[in-house]
Amino acid sequence: MSTEAAAKIRAPKIKPLKRPVGTLYRGREGMWSWVLHRITGVAIFFFLLVHILDTSLVRIWPEGYNVVIESYKTPIMGLGEIGLVAAIGLHALNGLRIIAIDFLRIGPRIQRLMFWIVIALWAVLLAGFVPRQLMHIFGGE
Amino acid sequence: MTSTSTSIPLPGAKAPRRRRVNWEMWGWLYMRFSGVLLVVLIFGHLLVNLFLGDGVKAIDFAFVAGKLADPFWIVYDMLLLWLALIHGANGMRTIINDYARGRLRVVFLVLLAAATVSLLVLGSLVLTTFNPCPTGTPADLLPQFCSTL
Repeated sequence: MSTEAAAKIRAPKIKPLKRPVGTLYRGREGMWSWVLHRITGVAIFFFLLVHILDTSLVRIWPEGYNVVIESYKTPIMGLGEIGLVAAIGLHALNGLRIIAIDFLRIGPRIQRLMFWIVIALWAVLLAGFVPRQLMHIFGGE
Repeated sequence: MTSTSTSIPLPGAKAPRRRRVNWEMWGWLYMRFSGVLLVVLIFGHLLVNLFLGDGVKAIDFAFVAGKLADPFWIVYDMLLLWLALIHGANGMRTIINDYARGRLRVVFLVLLAAATVSLLVLGSLVLTTFNPCPTGTPADLLPQFCSTL
């Protein structure tokens, strides 16, 4: 082949891919459920530390317990409790999904479907709790 | 032919190995079993304390004392305390092992263990020595049944 002919053969243009492909995990439901499970887990853990400490006041100082628990009834903390229930709800439902993946024969195959079922049940849970909590916090005495 | 006695293990015989407790496996299993129990227990805890009645607005010393006067809630809260705190601590241990290295990892693990053990002891003492009608507390802070004692 002459050099002239070789110059005419153009190499096929390869488009760089915009997003990584060839993985079932990265950027998909599996990864995001793991991320959410970690973040909610850490948040719940630190709440639990504080919650055990403040509840322990009932043993040594009833008046102090009442003062501390009053702060849980303010609008800001009331919204924080919605965040807490949202975190616990997601961690609980996704935890059940993890157990299903580990112990059910079909678990790994339907993990993506189960993720969306978790999200749907979580939405139902919050649809039940959020209006109720807003009534408690912003409703009259 | 000289007689020698050399013991040759049978094909397929298991190599003698020291049996050790597989702690990671038990931790893995604990997360799943405690997780299922915690879903039920925490759902009940949130239902009674945040959802039913006046929700968080109803909580004060009299409310808690009224609950803890019943052994059912003592056992319930004791289960919550131990299952949840150990579940959370084991999860934090996993995260520390993932992200911290060297001496920092050891420092975090020691802090975590100290916090976990001291809160387990504190919470257990509170639940086992709780008195719903402590003397010296104004009567209007106490549950109603204290006045009939």
